[in-house]
Parts: sequence; structure tokens; C-alpha cells
Amino acid sequence: MDKFEIIETLNMITQEKLDIRTITMGISLLDCCDEDPIKAAQKIYDKITTKAANLVKTGEDIEALYGIPIVNKRVSVTPISLVAAASKVSDYVIFAETLDKAAKTLGINFIGGFSALVQKGFLDSDIKLINSLPEALARTERVCASVNAATTKAGINMDALKMLGKVILDTAHLTKDRDAIGCAKLVVFANAPTDNPFMAGAFHGIGEAETVINVGVSGPGVVKCALESLKGAPLQDVAERIKKTAFKITRVGQLVAQEAASRLNTKFGIVDLSLAPTPSIGDSVAHILEEIGVEVCGAHGTTAALMMLNDAVKKGGVMASSSVGGLSGAFIPVSEDLGMINAVQIGALSLDKLEAMTAVCSVGLDMIAIPGDIEPETISGIMADELAIGVVNNKTTATRLIPVPGKKAGDFVEFGGLLGRAPIINISKYSSKDFINRGGRIPAPMHSLKN
Amino acid sequence: MKLVITVIGKDQVGIIAKVSNVLADSNVNILDISQTILHDKFTMLMSVEAPDTGVSINDIKKNLENTGMNMIFQIYHEDIFNYMHKI
Repeated sequence: MDKFEIIETLNMITQEKLDIRTITMGISLLDCCDEDPIKAAQKIYDKITTKAANLVKTGEDIEALYGIPIVNKRVSVTPISLVAAASKVSDYVIFAETLDKAAKTLGINFIGGFSALVQKGFLDSDIKLINSLPEALARTERVCASVNAATTKAGINMDALKMLGKVILDTAHLTKDRDAIGCAKLVVFANAPTDNPFMAGAFHGIGEAETVINVGVSGPGVVKCALESLKGAPLQDVAERIKKTAFKITRVGQLVAQEAASRLNTKFGIVDLSLAPTPSIGDSVAHILEEIGVEVCGAHGTTAALMMLNDAVKKGGVMASSSVGGLSGAFIPVSEDLGMINAVQIGALSLDKLEAMTAVCSVGLDMIAIPGDIEPETISGIMADELAIGVVNNKTTATRLIPVPGKKAGDFVEFGGLLGRAPIINISKYSSKDFINRGGRIPAPMHSLKN
Repeated sequence: MKLVITVIGKDQVGIIAKVSNVLADSNVNILDISQTILHDKFTMLMSVEAPDTGVSINDIKKNLENTGMNMIFQIYHEDIFNYMHKI
């Protein structure tokens, strides 16, 4: 082994915050359906706590073996609207509480899959699940929910977005004593990936194996440090350096994913090549963009720099892993990224610029705090815009919007932990009401004559 | 299995002696030792061969920490370096 290679790796882990962000075990719950909701809930609990019984311990063992931090161990399950469809019950909070209890038993911080897939239309169970969301998110601590409301092939279900605008406000209201934290656990997707290991949008899609291990790597700090020695270099050199760094980061993800799958006697699913920031110093995607050369994230040129960063991460990562999937790109969650928080705070980064940035990166308008007195139709309008970008560009986009009761643009909200803190962002004062109240569906876009 | 052990802190008398003792007690064979300065701190890198079974990495780490030296000990399986730097 080369001493300098060892030192480079040690630097990445000890100084530049390279870590495995999550090992997520996907578990199918399709065999847990039952007419009796209590029996179904019991089957769900038993299956999750059996299949993932050793997840946390295995994660800790691998962490000790390779000396790399594995920050989160999590579980994603089959969208609950499919599992609960057979049960004769109208309120699905019981299933959210079951997932929460299973997460506590396992010692994991989040479990994803309180979800519905409604891009083209609703099952009865989808409606029940969406209506149960505010209560479910308020009454549970670790359950993450998502709704796929659009795909490139089906278009955008505007009825769903209309419902969800109100659901998000209701959720904010029910968790107003905790700064609307419930909304931080709800993602609305276009083209949701079925193998995403990252929360809050993880679920175990149909078409996946019985159980599977998906791993999310991260390392914005490593990329930023790698670029620090390239001041003034032409952009192709910057892209090349990002590619090489992404390769190295992803190799670690591949190693951990293989080891975890083998120890848990499970199939290895995918490595998700994402640059996922955290609110700690030296772990920011915005700071990479600033290292590339924009004065503050949000300045003109930011979208181009982000496009290059996102693309180079994928190019490096794809070669490093036998199977890549999930979201795979740079995340730009405002509250979880020190540089983004700063950029919004000083007025350099607006909602409109963030929206433009999501057209070239993963994943969308993520962890964005908005004023609490917003109209539900305005929330639906923001979601419709974001999902339209995903639908027409054949990519995943999503929103995680948090209307914070009692706060207005410029105020600050503290979520704490990995979710961070955020300034309330300014939104348009003009109404989207008549547009949203039309309801219906925006048809799937053309796939030729692309301009 | 091959491991890399790093010892970071202030240079002092007897580091190698104390670390070697702990490793010998766990039947761990030292293959190579080198020293460097990492972020202004004395850093010793040891490449070692440990038995595949019967030895816990956590136990070795605990025993190293119990030597009473004010140093930071970290242990890494060599695969993390091989994976990252070799295709």
C-alpha cells in the first residue's frame, strides 16, 4: 500500500467529512396485506423487525472494520397505500404508528414508505393515505412519507397537488409547536426512484427484490478540498478533478454496500452517488460552487457550475460501482447546507434561482421554509412548477416545503440535528388559485421535437 | 486480515514499544511502520496482519487506548485503501 494513498484516505475521513450517509434496507411488505388492519399492522411490524433485526449492529461492525463513519442505518418499505389497500379501515395512522414502533425497536432514526403513487390516478387507498398524512406525521417521530404525483410518461396529477397543498398546511398546523417539523418528513415527487436510500423520500418500489441493501455515500467536503488546489484552472480540469474524487468516494460506498449485503444475507441493490450536505462546517454543496468561482451560491453562473458538478459526480461514480441508482446527484437542501442558508439569508439565492438549479441537479426544492400564512393553492403551484421540470426533463424532481406557522419571510426556523436551520424564503404574492382549482391532469409531454 | 493502524498525537518516548506490546498480545504481526506529520500532528502509520478470527478490532483499539498515552488510535481494514485507489 502506498503511504500517500493511505494519507489521502485518512484526510478524507478525518478532515473532510467523508462518510457513508446511509445504509438503507428495502423491505417488501406486499405479503403483509390483511383485511383486518390490526393483523396487517402486526405482520408489518414482525416482518420489518425480523428482516432488519441486525441492520444497526451490522452497520456498526462495518464502521469499526473499515474505520469509516456510517451515519445512518434506515429502512424503506413498500408504499403503504398498496399494503393497506386490502384492510378495511379508512384511517391509516395505525400503519404509520406501526412503522414508527418498528423503527424504535430497531434503533433506526427514519423509516420511509408511508407513501402513495398517484401520478395517473388514485386508488381508494391512496386517498385514504393522503388524508391520513397530517395526523400520521404529527403523531409519529421517525416515519417519512412521500407521494409520487407525476411522471414523464403519465404527466402531472393536479388533483393530487391540490390535495397536497392543503395536507402540507394541515401538517404544519398540527406540528406548529415543533416549527412544522412534520412537513420535513413529506416529499412530493415527479419520477420518484424506487431504490432511493435517502430520506425523506425513500420507499421500496414494486419491481424490487424481497429485501435489498441500498447505500448512499456523501462527501461535499472532500470535493471542495480537492478543488482548493485548482484555483484559476480551466473548467475541464475542475470537472476532471471532481470526477476522480467522486470515483474514490463511490468506491467506498461500493465496498460498504457489498459487505453489508453479504452480512445481512440480502441482495446488494444500488449505490446512490449523491453529494448530500449536512449543516456542519465543511459539508456544503454551496461551498463547492463558490470554490468553482461564483462569489455566493445563487450568483449568475451558479446553474452552470452546478450542472458541471452534478454531471462530473455521475461520470466518476458510475465507473466506481457495479450498480448505480437512487437519486444520484448533488442535493441542494437549503436548511441542511451552511452555504445555502447563508446565500438565502443575504438575499443571493431566491426560490426562483433554486428552481432553476433543480433543472440540472438532484433533487428539487428541498427543505425550504416558506411563510406560514401561505395559501394552499400557492403551495400546490410551487409543487406544480417543480414537478413540471422533472416531467419534461425526464428526471426526478421533488419538493419538501415547510410552511412555518407564525413566521414570515426573513425570519429563521430551527429544526435541529441533520435537518438544520433555515431562513423563511420569499414567495410570490400573486395567486395560483384559479389554476390549481381547475384540477385534473397535465398530460404527458412530447418525447420528440425537443426544443 | 491486513489492517492499518494510525496513532496521532504528541511524539513521546515508548510509543512503538507500548503499541507493539498490545499488538503482540493480540497475536497481531507488524509488517511496516512509517511516520509522518499530518495537520501539524505526529502520525504513525502501521501496517499489520491480524488473525481473521478471534480478534476484535474494537478490543485492539480499547487495549491501545488503555496504554495511557494521550494519543488517538484508529484502525482501518486495508480494503478501504485498496478499493479507493486501485481499479
